[in-house]
Amino acid sequence: MKSGKKKNYNFIVGGTITGLMLIFIIIGFFYTPYDPNAMDPSAKFAGISLKHLMGCDNFGRDILSRVMKGAGTTLSVAAGTVFIGTFFGIILGAVTGYFGGILDEILMRVNDAIFAFPSILLALVFISLLGSGTYQVVIALGIAFIPSFARIVRSEFIKCKNMDYVKNARLQGAGHLRIMFVHILPNTFTVLLSAIMIGFNNAVLAEAGMSFLGIGVQPPQASLGRMLSEAQTYLFRAPNYAIFPGLVIILMVLGFSLLGDALKREE
Amino acid sequence: MKYAGKKLLTMFLTLFAVTLFVFLAFHVISGDPASSMLGTEATPARLEALREEMGLNDPVLVQYARWAGRFLTGDMGTSYSYRMPVSDMVTDKIPVTLTLTILAFFMMVLISIPLGIYTAKHAGGVIDRIIYIFNQIIMAFPPFFSGILITLLFGRIFKLFTPGGYISYEKNFWGFVGYLFFPALAIALPKAAMAVKLLRSSVIGEARLDYVRTAYSRGNRTNDVLYKHVLKNALIPVVTFLGMALTDMIAGSIIIEQVFSIPGLGRILLTSISNRDYPVVMAIIVCISLLVLVVNMIVDMIYGLIDPRISVE
Repeated sequence: MKSGKKKNYNFIVGGTITGLMLIFIIIGFFYTPYDPNAMDPSAKFAGISLKHLMGCDNFGRDILSRVMKGAGTTLSVAAGTVFIGTFFGIILGAVTGYFGGILDEILMRVNDAIFAFPSILLALVFISLLGSGTYQVVIALGIAFIPSFARIVRSEFIKCKNMDYVKNARLQGAGHLRIMFVHILPNTFTVLLSAIMIGFNNAVLAEAGMSFLGIGVQPPQASLGRMLSEAQTYLFRAPNYAIFPGLVIILMVLGFSLLGDALKREE
Repeated sequence: MKYAGKKLLTMFLTLFAVTLFVFLAFHVISGDPASSMLGTEATPARLEALREEMGLNDPVLVQYARWAGRFLTGDMGTSYSYRMPVSDMVTDKIPVTLTLTILAFFMMVLISIPLGIYTAKHAGGVIDRIIYIFNQIIMAFPPFFSGILITLLFGRIFKLFTPGGYISYEKNFWGFVGYLFFPALAIALPKAAMAVKLLRSSVIGEARLDYVRTAYSRGNRTNDVLYKHVLKNALIPVVTFLGMALTDMIAGSIIIEQVFSIPGLGRILLTSISNRDYPVVMAIIVCISLLVLVVNMIVDMIYGLIDPRISVE
């Protein structure tokens, strides 16, 4: 477990980045230097200055304020996505892994078929069925994320279901539900936590991609992907408009992926 | 051969399931195509006549079979918003998306395999450390942001290509490939970074095993052991990853096409989704699914070639 003298740099760096990003986002929920949607015609394409630390966009909106709000939106969508994926993934994986049999066979075949498809494509199918918008994106991405979690949980359950502590619980008269969720589930937490971090990482990227395509969060609500797609039109005039939102996405993903790596190594 | 047959059968079953799902889903939401086609001219009698003519009164499975049969002969239906055959809209876009994906795939392989082997061989060295940090950062890049940065860097500052200056493959094939070079790079880089990391850890993990020690003790040189023994086994998980990356790239090109204004499948897919032009959305999703399934099939075959144990099982 403990690697002795050598520190886990992934954990330290990843934790620091994620922590700083969380602080940045939480501040954004309560306070932004300007109203993120207020347009100031005199500040159109204002450069980087003390007044506007990241400059202003084509409507004269303060980019820093929009990035703060947008990062919050992106993180909330990612959290919703990961929650749906984990919740249903755990139930599916637990039931199929624990009971096995024909149900397991059928569900896992379906799971494999879904897993083979890129999650963006799946989400696009669901979006064209449900229409575009923030909640639709959460549901669509969430469904697309279920198979990967189900797989991980299932293999953990298969590993654990014949262990002594499970037999012991069974001898003491614990029911299936109790064994599954009180006895086995807590033992999968390390693996699950690392999967959740990787899930966050993918969800942030997927959300940004969807809003970049214009089918995620709808304007005027700020979202990092949306800002990037708007910034693209003015790329040569105001490169800072594209670079800052992009940088924030990269930092968020980097933090989560380093944490995920670190947790995997602990195991 | 039995292995190949089994895989082929699975592929067709999956294709059947996917198309049936897509058909049913769009059948439910798209409402009544007859009334949307007639619009204000709809009278109950004309609606009924058109429904009968379009076969909308038949059981759903019969309709599915008819749709699938037509699809196989290249008739993908009629677009609601453009009133033209979907096949005319889609077929000349497929080569664009396909070329972009294949180009990106080759770039990924060409970048990642040598780098992965190098970093594994020199694990712990300074260059390995630098590449590791670089890799982690590149992996965090959303492909569309790498696309934007590439446009800024190579299009604006170095002027190596004209942003937005797409050249059709029918006019000038090499110009077309040249324009796709940078978009492909934008797709390939993040995936290549992941592949390098995977190959590195796979080679290092394999090099700890007993047969490697034996190979050394018999007097083989490092390179011989690496290329003749270790790599063969270390590549197996990498092939799986490359296959998954390829299917991801097909979907990723949908996004990158928007960054570099390339008129491929992604462009019409997105406009059709916002126009609720279901026949077009359906056709494109089925086409992409088919591509994904074929790729998975090929990966399974390669898998069987590298590791004969799998095909026996």
